[in-house]
Amino acid sequence: MNSRDKIFYFLYLHRTGLTVLMLTMVLAIYPLLYGNPYILGLTNLIGIYTIVVLGLNLFIGYAGQISLGHAAFFALGAYGSALMTTEWGFWPWPSIVLVALGTAMIALLVGIPALRLHGHYLAMATLGFNIVIYTVLVQWDELTGGPSGFAGIPSLSIGSWQFDSDLKLHYLVWAAALICLTLGLNLVRSGVGRGLAALAGDEIAARSLGVDTRTAKVKVFVLSAVLASLAGSLYAHTFGFVSPDTFGIFASVDFVTMVVVGGLGSVWGSLFGAALLTWLPEFIDLFEAYKEIIHGLLLVVVLLYLPQGLVTGLVDLARVRLARRRHRRA
Amino acid sequence: MLDVTSLCRNFGGLPALSEVSFSLQRGRVTALIGPNGAGKTTMINCITGADLPDAGRVDFAGEEITGLPAYRVARLGIARTFQNLRLFPRLSVIDNVLCGLTVHGGKSMLGALLRPPSVRNRERRLHLKAMAALDRFGLTELADWPVGVLAYGDRKRVELARAVVSDPSLILLDEPVAGLNHEETMAVGNEIRALRAQGYTLLLVEHDMDLVMGVSDHVVVLDGGRCIASGTPDEVRQNPLVLEAYLGRTSATA
Repeated sequence: MNSRDKIFYFLYLHRTGLTVLMLTMVLAIYPLLYGNPYILGLTNLIGIYTIVVLGLNLFIGYAGQISLGHAAFFALGAYGSALMTTEWGFWPWPSIVLVALGTAMIALLVGIPALRLHGHYLAMATLGFNIVIYTVLVQWDELTGGPSGFAGIPSLSIGSWQFDSDLKLHYLVWAAALICLTLGLNLVRSGVGRGLAALAGDEIAARSLGVDTRTAKVKVFVLSAVLASLAGSLYAHTFGFVSPDTFGIFASVDFVTMVVVGGLGSVWGSLFGAALLTWLPEFIDLFEAYKEIIHGLLLVVVLLYLPQGLVTGLVDLARVRLARRRHRRA
Repeated sequence: MLDVTSLCRNFGGLPALSEVSFSLQRGRVTALIGPNGAGKTTMINCITGADLPDAGRVDFAGEEITGLPAYRVARLGIARTFQNLRLFPRLSVIDNVLCGLTVHGGKSMLGALLRPPSVRNRERRLHLKAMAALDRFGLTELADWPVGVLAYGDRKRVELARAVVSDPSLILLDEPVAGLNHEETMAVGNEIRALRAQGYTLLLVEHDMDLVMGVSDHVVVLDGGRCIASGTPDEVRQNPLVLEAYLGRTSATA
């Protein structure tokens, strides 16, 4: 092996870690050069959505299940943090953890019966759950503020350091998103992650290889709910205001679209999908006006031509090409 | 090491298996043969927990495993392959084989998320093990290929590698050479002999009589859900009941 090969081998071996490192550097430097608050607000939203989409991608893309109700877990995180910190005057950081634990319990209670279902039935069950939570948010107005929402959520702070500007929030949100992405990358490169991939590929084969499929599904469902809850708490503290519209079933459908467009079973695809679908409407007015139609079209086109999603689909194509070429040379 | 006692399985009133009993000896190759519909695959499914027997019991290494869920049977060290291949088409060859090591992977999700050095080292060990299995089945070249694009014969070998990689104490092979050409069949036969030489215990379900007679120590014959004969390949070959089951009943009833 000559030194050039050694460098390539090193890059290949540490490709995941190096990509995370590179992304971290870009995210750390770019707001200092280009600190437009409007753009930062938008990228903060992308960071928050990335966390939700990552969790959902583990559930849909890796474990091969479906959920049309993840906006509900996002809502539980946001309203949970909002209520704990304003109404009950609890400290923000511990309340994020407590709310995530509570959401995990709810996900467990919903998941154990719901995950016995497959396909359309599971989709309907999770959709139903989202409608229940949404209705509670709108109707129980003494607690949630009803349709007009809930304002005055304090920003997070470390000591006297307040995360109150878009720039400071940028570092907070993206630190959280990068940590979650790293955890996701760790998971999918482990035995547990392969068990999930096996489950998505062929449930019977997965069981015959020793994967406890029922428990694995519930575990990854709870994990994805916890991620959504953390993102919800971040959302509440970042924007200081929550209202039910952010958490309806269309939000759930948007999350699924982000997963599918980004790439089923791709951690990086989660980031890409969240970014693409959050940026596009901001730049193309037409996209804003006909958002639902265009999301639907995008979903259909991707599913028809690259059923694994943009990132995963293209990576798969490249992998086959590369393998073919190497084979021909050998 | 595996004892099947009076196993029964009915599908809507039709008996697929009735009162079948046999035993596997440690370190031996046992073949389960019989005409189509004799209940061979049902038997494998009942042993591995993919299907539930209606009556009877299965004991493995002195422990009753009747009706255990498939994943617990797998964790006891029983690996299987499937008649119609059940690979994970999107995953690469190496990842498919790594899936065969689920039994040895950690079950802790927290450990997997945080990836402490212990998990990292285990992953490295498993990876080396999987690479060794690929090497054994001549799949090293194909390690990074998605299984979905491979030729049928290669896929069969991937499934075999996935079953063997975890060092199971019992391997059930459901028609390992169905659809393979002569050379590939010979290769699988040699592989079975090699596994036996290493001390593995195998149960082979197969139609290919040359293969069965060439590699088995003991043959069990099923017909219509009943065990009609068992013994060494030579004994079974000369058994009139077996000839009748395979060649038809006309001569017996005429």
